[in-house]
Amino acid sequence: MAEDKLLKEFKSAKEGNIPKDLSELSEEEKERLRFLGLDSSLKREGEYVQIDAKPVVCRKQVEGLEILPITEALKKYDWLSDYYWKLLSPEKDEFTKATAEDLDDGYFIRALPGYKIVYPVQTCLYIRTEKVAQKVHNIVIVEEGAELNLITSCSVHPHVESAFHIGVSEFFVKKRAKLTFSMLHVWGDQTIVRPRTGVLVEEEGSYISTYVSLYPVKDIQTSPVCRLVGEGAKASFASIIANQPGSKIDIGGEVWLEAPNTRTEIISRTVVYGGENIARGKIVAKAPKVKGHLECQGLMLSDEGIMRAIPQLDSYFYDVELTHEAAVGKIAKEEVEYLMARGLSEDEATSLIVKGFLTVKVEGIPPTLQKQIDKVLETAKLGF
Amino acid sequence: MSVLLEIEDLWVEVEGREVLKGISLKIPVGETHVIFGRNGSGKTSLLMTIMGFPTYKVKYGKIYFKGEDITDLPPYERAKRGIGIMFQRPPTIKGVKLRDILKLCAKENNVKIEELARSFNFETFLEREVNKGFSGGEIKKSELLQLLVQNPDLVLLDEPESGVDVENLNLIGQMIKKLLQKDTPHKPRTKSGLIITHTGFILQHVAADLGYVIMEGEIYCTGNPIEIFEGIQKVGYEGCKNCLKRLA
Repeated sequence: MAEDKLLKEFKSAKEGNIPKDLSELSEEEKERLRFLGLDSSLKREGEYVQIDAKPVVCRKQVEGLEILPITEALKKYDWLSDYYWKLLSPEKDEFTKATAEDLDDGYFIRALPGYKIVYPVQTCLYIRTEKVAQKVHNIVIVEEGAELNLITSCSVHPHVESAFHIGVSEFFVKKRAKLTFSMLHVWGDQTIVRPRTGVLVEEEGSYISTYVSLYPVKDIQTSPVCRLVGEGAKASFASIIANQPGSKIDIGGEVWLEAPNTRTEIISRTVVYGGENIARGKIVAKAPKVKGHLECQGLMLSDEGIMRAIPQLDSYFYDVELTHEAAVGKIAKEEVEYLMARGLSEDEATSLIVKGFLTVKVEGIPPTLQKQIDKVLETAKLGF
Repeated sequence: MSVLLEIEDLWVEVEGREVLKGISLKIPVGETHVIFGRNGSGKTSLLMTIMGFPTYKVKYGKIYFKGEDITDLPPYERAKRGIGIMFQRPPTIKGVKLRDILKLCAKENNVKIEELARSFNFETFLEREVNKGFSGGEIKKSELLQLLVQNPDLVLLDEPESGVDVENLNLIGQMIKKLLQKDTPHKPRTKSGLIITHTGFILQHVAADLGYVIMEGEIYCTGNPIEIFEGIQKVGYEGCKNCLKRLA
């Protein structure tokens, strides 16, 4: 279906079946949210949960942190207009346009200057109603010298068959600030997802993004654009994807190195069980003395799927170091046999090899986040 | 003494090429046998066939383990029944740590992985990707550690000494001794071994019960392993060809 027709089949999230609070959710829904990290046993500095169009949880535990629904934040802070729609244009495509015209809220999260928010802040954008399009706009600002670890777990009701999620996100990482942004998603096999993300990183700032999607989804298309505008800024993107039969996943990452001594690394690891996967990566050197590396690896487990790796390096200067490596292949027979000799069945061996393949240690990611990513990998069924 | 492994007239092909031609042997419980032979004679093929790797196609003959016909079982079923193999050139598995594999090897065996690794000065390797950048000696240690955790009744070792520096040879010897219960000679042994060796190094650490010479896919000679090894040193494998002890 053409992109401009996709949205027409969905109703507004404002018509959703929205509970007053989380206690009204069914046990099955609560279990799903717990799995995604909304778990009282995990230490969190703040939480934001939105169901369809309505924020239902918005709380923070520590000083130096602000969490508000974006609609409230826009009323409270005039200066937010300097950030709102500044990294992305409503005219970018029909999805940004639809979000600008009919917003279903979203989160505003800000770490105040110098505050290092150690434990993660958890957000969850949850679609509960059948045939709903949720259109959110998020703004995250990490002020000078601050640190913020954000986990976002987006999901749908376990019995919702068809849903649409548009997430417009604009992230600002100020001087010497650090933002880690980890997305652990469990969509439905009929969910369409269109995140639109812009990131701006200032001098010596650092942005670390990890995207994990191991469960079936109908269609994801996203390509965050990150601009490193201050000297010494860095960004890393890792995507860890299991492409299931019937899923179309097109994930990119674009980093613009616009100041000297900026650097970036874009890593993608994809296992294709079926469906279609496109792993894009683009690094643009717009300043001298910059460094960028793109790594794109795909593991094909069936002939039923398609994988396309599309790396791109653009340089406007001679004094740069841009590299890429891409590899698509199958599981090595020797590895399966090695594990079988240790007592693993073929399926168990495959599952372990796939899990290993998807284990990407992202530099700079805090242990609590890494643990949660590992747990998702542990729980997902990664054999045949 | 009961027989742990019995091979009956085994003919094996790899990609249409005959690699074993009518091998028969018996390994009783608690015994260690040693295989000598030139490169390409079929020694490794024999071990790989006993483990059940699908590249090694049994055209004729049978393999019995603990009295059960295992000729058609996949490797993991053989591993579960108590066969373990040490790989010569094991693969690196991306993102899989030695500790992960040891945990899988242990299954229900109550093994203290940390303690065992420490006793062989190998604990720093537990968090490393298995086999990645391991030296020759480190590969052997890693393989033997996996086998110690797996605790098989029949241990198949393919040139455990190859690529190991002199300093580590002794430690490798100790590990094999432990694996085959040769470190506790006063106790009745339940573990058996089938070991390929080129250098005879293993004979200095493990008292082997029987030796074989394999040439061109056949067992040429069976006898006292030390005598066979000394004979090979004197007259080479050419001498074996002319030896009167050749099996009829």
